[in-house]
Amino acid sequence: MSGKAFFIDTTVCTACRGCQIACKQWNQLPATKTYNWGSMQNPKDLSFDTYKLVRFQEHMGSNNKPVWYFFPDQCRHCVEPPCKEASEDDAPGGIIIDSQTGAVLYTDKLKKMKAADVIESCPFNIPKAQKGTGYMSKCNMCVDRVHNGLLPACVKTCPTGAMNFGDRDKMAALAKKGLAAAKSRFPKATLTGLEDLRVFYLLAAEPKKYYTYAKVDVLPGVMDRKMAMKKIGRSLKDLSKEWQIINKLAS
Amino acid sequence: MTNHWIDIRNSDCILIMGSNAAENHPISFKWVTEAMKRGGKLISVDPRFTRTSSKADFYTALRSGTDIAFLGGMIKYILDNDKYFKEYVAEYTNAAFIVADDYDFNDGLFSGFDAEKRKYDKSKWGFVKDANGVSKRDRTLQDPRSVFQLIKKHYSRYDLDTVSAITGTPKEDLAKVYEMYSATGLQGKAGTIMYAMGWTQHTVGVQNIRTMAIIQLLLGNMGVAGGGVNALRGESNVQGSTDHCILFHIWPGYLKTPKASQPSLAAYNKKYTPKTNDPLSANWWGNYPKYSVSLLKSFFGDKGTKANDFGYNWLPKLEDGKSYSWLDLFDAMYRGEFTGFFAWGQNPAGSGANANKTRDGLAKLDWMVNVNMFDNETGSFWKGPGMDPKKIKTEVFFLPCANSMEKEGSITNSGRWMQWRYKAANPPAQAWPDGQILMKLGKTLKYLYKKDKNAVFPEPIVNLKWDYSTHGEFDPHKMAKEINGYFLKDITVKGKKFKKGDLVPSFAYLKADGSTSSGNWLYCNSYTNKGNMAARRSTVDKSGIGLYSNWSWCWPVNRRIIYNRASVDKQGNPWDKKHPVIQFKGKVENGKYVSKKWVGDVPDGGWYPMQNPDGTDRKDTKYPFIMKPEGHAHVFGPGRADGPFSEHYEPIECPVKEQPFSGQLTNPVAVTYSTNMDVYKSDDPKYPIVASTYRVCEHWQTGVMTRWQPWLLETEPQLFVEMSTQLAGSKGIKNGEMVVVESARGKVKAVAVVTIRFRPFDIQGKTVHQVGLPWHYGWVYPKDGGDSANLLTPSAGDPNTRIPETKAFMVNIRKA
Repeated sequence: MSGKAFFIDTTVCTACRGCQIACKQWNQLPATKTYNWGSMQNPKDLSFDTYKLVRFQEHMGSNNKPVWYFFPDQCRHCVEPPCKEASEDDAPGGIIIDSQTGAVLYTDKLKKMKAADVIESCPFNIPKAQKGTGYMSKCNMCVDRVHNGLLPACVKTCPTGAMNFGDRDKMAALAKKGLAAAKSRFPKATLTGLEDLRVFYLLAAEPKKYYTYAKVDVLPGVMDRKMAMKKIGRSLKDLSKEWQIINKLAS
Repeated sequence: MTNHWIDIRNSDCILIMGSNAAENHPISFKWVTEAMKRGGKLISVDPRFTRTSSKADFYTALRSGTDIAFLGGMIKYILDNDKYFKEYVAEYTNAAFIVADDYDFNDGLFSGFDAEKRKYDKSKWGFVKDANGVSKRDRTLQDPRSVFQLIKKHYSRYDLDTVSAITGTPKEDLAKVYEMYSATGLQGKAGTIMYAMGWTQHTVGVQNIRTMAIIQLLLGNMGVAGGGVNALRGESNVQGSTDHCILFHIWPGYLKTPKASQPSLAAYNKKYTPKTNDPLSANWWGNYPKYSVSLLKSFFGDKGTKANDFGYNWLPKLEDGKSYSWLDLFDAMYRGEFTGFFAWGQNPAGSGANANKTRDGLAKLDWMVNVNMFDNETGSFWKGPGMDPKKIKTEVFFLPCANSMEKEGSITNSGRWMQWRYKAANPPAQAWPDGQILMKLGKTLKYLYKKDKNAVFPEPIVNLKWDYSTHGEFDPHKMAKEINGYFLKDITVKGKKFKKGDLVPSFAYLKADGSTSSGNWLYCNSYTNKGNMAARRSTVDKSGIGLYSNWSWCWPVNRRIIYNRASVDKQGNPWDKKHPVIQFKGKVENGKYVSKKWVGDVPDGGWYPMQNPDGTDRKDTKYPFIMKPEGHAHVFGPGRADGPFSEHYEPIECPVKEQPFSGQLTNPVAVTYSTNMDVYKSDDPKYPIVASTYRVCEHWQTGVMTRWQPWLLETEPQLFVEMSTQLAGSKGIKNGEMVVVESARGKVKAVAVVTIRFRPFDIQGKTVHQVGLPWHYGWVYPKDGGDSANLLTPSAGDPNTRIPETKAFMVNIRKA
């Protein structure tokens, strides 16, 4: 599989949030009004103006000492993005895939689709709508930077090597190497996204301990019913198109 | 740092204690992470489980203010279990020295204590000398009056039970940390300490560092790659500002500020030029007069002559026995002892301990000049909380200045690297670089003093050289060259000919006769006839251990790891073959070295090694610790104000009535003040909770530069107080709700962050809670952000440095 991918090694992430700020800076996104809500995690969630967010989760560890997990959350740039599938009928061209990188990009045409449907289609709870306008946004892989030979802003700013970016196969190899190295310290360490995403996370423990949507299976089988029906519907439509062509040829 | 940032990667065990590197020095974690990838272990010791702790191989907590007890236990463990590096300890430290009979230690007090003056007579902590006046040594370390035997005795009281009872750290955790860290005592292994204000800001701050220095010496960790005592500086140029004497007690390059009792340059130089009778001691400070005279020549140029002591008496002198530190200045301001004040690049109304006293002090001034990039709590104090502008006479002037990106110049980082920076953009509107403001101010003063026939004592001002401008603008290159120093006439030094106006190639060429100048001898070698060394940008690392010797420049003389002659054995072979800092490669004939050649880093002096390959001692060598008069590192440190060894004392405000190590509850020579604003409460049911202040990754200092930055404010919008679930439960406080934190001096409102990352301590059988707050906020902006945590902290200081004790004090908490 060609194109680009991120490898996010949470075992070395210190939650300095350089990535979160660099994202805002490059994309010139305004700060949102926040309050301390008893957590270092702020803003509370991704939003139309926040594409990247470091999530904080603390637990009591097995040795009766705390563990603190940091999860730099962002769009996973699915290889077959459910949001794109969901939008193809109502808003063709609303979501496109950049051929060079595989980045999943939202365009203004997406406005034609109900925001709720785009949001619902994403298993990772990523897309966010602007209040009042219907425009939607999320991480764009800094394609403008990448097309010009630069790293995404979040990767460029990371001091520890938690954020990595490059050719998808190289990132997959790096991720596997990272997992092998992490296993001795974190026996439950796991990798996510290798099969179907462009963001691979190395997690030190069960994904649920990081965040509800840290790991979700996107492939059929676990896909929700609505999505499955849409997919079947589209197949039938394609089939009927093909029949028409065959009939034309036959006549 | 004795070492430098990249060198952290060479460490086998990193102890992060007294700092929170992941949050406050985030880039350092690049190298911590690299060390861990190479198999190094990370230990985090902190009252609170932090982002640093989350990455550690082992974490444990201690109660704030008990670091000496914790580390004293480590010294005992190292000695009891033979973990120390014997050859290193015996040969390179003063452990073998015999201590004179006057030295004694009894129930928390060292000999020489004057109870009335609350001061020690340090002459009671001397060494036994032989007929030649050289300290006697027993390299077997067996003499009962040897430093080694005394240290064993001193720390024998720091057993696991006692240490655990006062620190609140479980015994098994103490043992685990001691075992992990002391494994670096093996030859070829290195351990490093990364500390910051968590260690310094105590009434035992210096002794916290001393205790760790003792550990590092016992384990042979000084001078080696991946070792050292590494202070993580709190601002990017704190190292530079210290080197260039922003503190009251030093001149540039750690020369001493003269005192009233030193009326002549000769008296001054005599006082601060140490002597040694040991021919093997380099006694580098023996060069003192070369540096002091070159500095005076830099200040006064041709106006400073031998006849007028090079202008020595134009410089202000300290009253003997009087201190002029931060705490003292604001105490004097509060008591109305002076009337004018420059707050330059700082925000005392938020950054200083006991901020209410500071704010009230500002109201007693006639005038204040606030030089800053933004309005702050200091400049606007007169309209702050509890102030009535109509009743305040202080006239405030605000001078906007350029930020670091808007001017050219150098910054010296924690690793002593002087790095040249270019200007990225012009300052906005009327904002000037600090250098420009200073130049104009100086020139104006010179003009006014010259003009005024009745000017009192005009010489110090009118005779200043003050020629660092080009076309009326401050010229950072001229200043950098001045700091390096010039030859002031044609001269031959050490066989080399120099012309008047040549830049001095290194401090080895400075002279005490007025023929050289240097604004800071430590930086002599930084800007030479070869160019601006700080601007070098070579990414080639010939050393293999990350010295990058041609990237920027580092004091002294580009030595990247200081004390590096202790990284080799007496014959010049590196202890650690995998990470050699330096190595002797001279020619050998008949078992003797016959030519001098060191490879690697710039050695601490280029003499021959102590021994020949055949094991015979050399006479033309010097001991490795060249800055000490005796050439040996100080396990026994007789220069400190509060004792040659460290001793656990409680913070000035503490949760206990007594402590187990002695009847001396607090540091007997700690600094406290006595105005009505200086209240201290220990073991008081009104203030039962230990508190500490700290910083977060997302803000800087009092937040003047970060609170106005919307993206940073978005991540950390408000003052918070972290507390354990147990403490919150006992007070019915819910996570995220507003509470009041109150000390004997002030109170702040803060958002409660209730977390398992703080836990109650068991202190001598009693449950003691601790909380912590960041000190980044202030009432000026944002309006709902809260005020400074320094409204709570006490004006109490370390007796050596007078740094305030803001890391351990007592508070109470209630729902708002």
